[in-house]
Amino acid sequence: MFSADLVTELEEIRGRFPYPKAAMVPVLRRVQEEKGWLDGETQAWVAEFLSVESIEVHEVVSFYPMLYGQPVGKHVVHVCRTLSCDVCGGKELWKHLEKKLGVGRNGTTADGRFTLRAAECLASCGTAPVMLIDNERHENVGPADADKLLEATS
Amino acid sequence: MKLSNVISARFDKEGSTKLKGYREDGGYETFLKVLKEKRDPAQLIDEVKTSGLRGRGGAGFSTGMKWSFVPKDSPKPKYLCVNGDESEPGTFKDRQILEKDPHQLLEGVGLASYAIGAHTAYIYLRCEFKQGIATVQKAIRKAYEAGLFGKDIQGSGYDLDVHLTMGAGAYICGEETSLLNSIEGVRPYPRNKPPFPAVEGLFACPTIVNNVETISNIPHIIKNGADWHAKLGHAEDPGSRLWCVSGHVEKPGVYEAETGFKLQDLIDGPCGGIRGGKKLKAIIPGGSSSKVLLPDEVAQVTMDTPGIRAMGSSLGSAGIIVLDETTCMVDAVLNLMKFYAHESCGQCTPCREGTPWIVQILERIERGEGREVDLELIEDLASNIEGRTVCALADGACWPLVSIVKKFRHEFLAKIPAAARKEAVTA
Repeated sequence: MFSADLVTELEEIRGRFPYPKAAMVPVLRRVQEEKGWLDGETQAWVAEFLSVESIEVHEVVSFYPMLYGQPVGKHVVHVCRTLSCDVCGGKELWKHLEKKLGVGRNGTTADGRFTLRAAECLASCGTAPVMLIDNERHENVGPADADKLLEATS
Repeated sequence: MKLSNVISARFDKEGSTKLKGYREDGGYETFLKVLKEKRDPAQLIDEVKTSGLRGRGGAGFSTGMKWSFVPKDSPKPKYLCVNGDESEPGTFKDRQILEKDPHQLLEGVGLASYAIGAHTAYIYLRCEFKQGIATVQKAIRKAYEAGLFGKDIQGSGYDLDVHLTMGAGAYICGEETSLLNSIEGVRPYPRNKPPFPAVEGLFACPTIVNNVETISNIPHIIKNGADWHAKLGHAEDPGSRLWCVSGHVEKPGVYEAETGFKLQDLIDGPCGGIRGGKKLKAIIPGGSSSKVLLPDEVAQVTMDTPGIRAMGSSLGSAGIIVLDETTCMVDAVLNLMKFYAHESCGQCTPCREGTPWIVQILERIERGEGREVDLELIEDLASNIEGRTVCALADGACWPLVSIVKKFRHEFLAKIPAAARKEAVTA
């Protein structure tokens, strides 16, 4: 399913722990980077790679917001919705992006380019409002900045 | 207002993340000296205990005391886990260390591991810290290449492996036993204590979990001595901390200062006062899980454990959220309660069910459909949640909630229709 290079990388991650299962989250994050989201086939592959049952992988995938058990767009946009951001323009940024992308929370644009998600505190409260595009952090993002960032994301 | 620069001293230096620069500034000398002199680990633990260092993650427990709970005679391997899951709303200090001075943290990891007898350390970072993860990963590689980690470090006979691992966006993983389950690859529900992690932690072995900033203090304490640290700031709660100021101030950011300063001085001085010359309404002083302070309390409070306790709040993770007069406190507390409801892991019924109920009640008030008895209902719910769960997430939800409802009751009442006020209902 994956290239030899990636498997080598995943084996290195697995080797950091006394039990393969402990590599669960970093391995899932890495394969998600590759595949976009964690479909059943990928989860089954990870289960075998970590010598666990598929259900054990699913238990973890279904818990964490940053592991995607459902399809997402080509790019995932997270906007921080927690207090410090929200009182410093985060609310307006969210509304702007909902309108611009024409989707609500967890919605994906019709062309499949963007999924809009709300994030809880991203530990960047001093540079609010903050958003992530494909896990890349952007700070002090006003609506016009967001437009530019989205345009630059192909 | 005097700022300090112990932890942040190298933040703004060019190439601050590089091993070469860190070593030119005397970095890793303390670690290597400890190894060369084969210092007694028990004595290092005493040194940290005497220094008065308290954990910087929020709970504020004595770091040296925590270390001393690791059983000396256990045949099992011991582990150090560094908690870099920083996600308490209003807190953004650990990220600065990860992105700006990773070797300071890694030297602390070396010293702490040696002191507790660990030969494996895991640095647990939230996956949203893309830059922090890349920076720390590179720093670990460089440290290995320089022979600072690995087998028989510099011929000392001491082995230490340092690995990076990560979470995937769950606040609960900052709770130390949840973090351990997260590393083990199972659902990260917090564990019942006892057993405490120091006795039975990661892979059922003795484990110390310390916050990023806590560990970053260790090289300074071992280098300069316990007495040096004990004299920084307030005698009962000494040290130099990274304070995160966000919200309605002119200059938000991370400011390092010794404990014991006046909060008002930080806001008026380095932070440049309230944004746009507005009036202060409230400050949440120690991350979102701490109790809110009113302006007259802010004017008096000193930032040390006894000082803030006298005001009924806590220093927590040093996340200072400043709210000006334009803030609707119903909105503000609703925002926080949505956070806790979303982040509740679902293990304990009072938290899983209670936090969304609180959100529903607050939304009803916000829509103008609330009743005055809802305020008592909130208090009643909170008293049935607090203290009845495995971990402190639910307590952390109730403390700001109850304090905000109590101190800003008039703002809640103003949103409640006259017909739903007590006097109308009982008349």
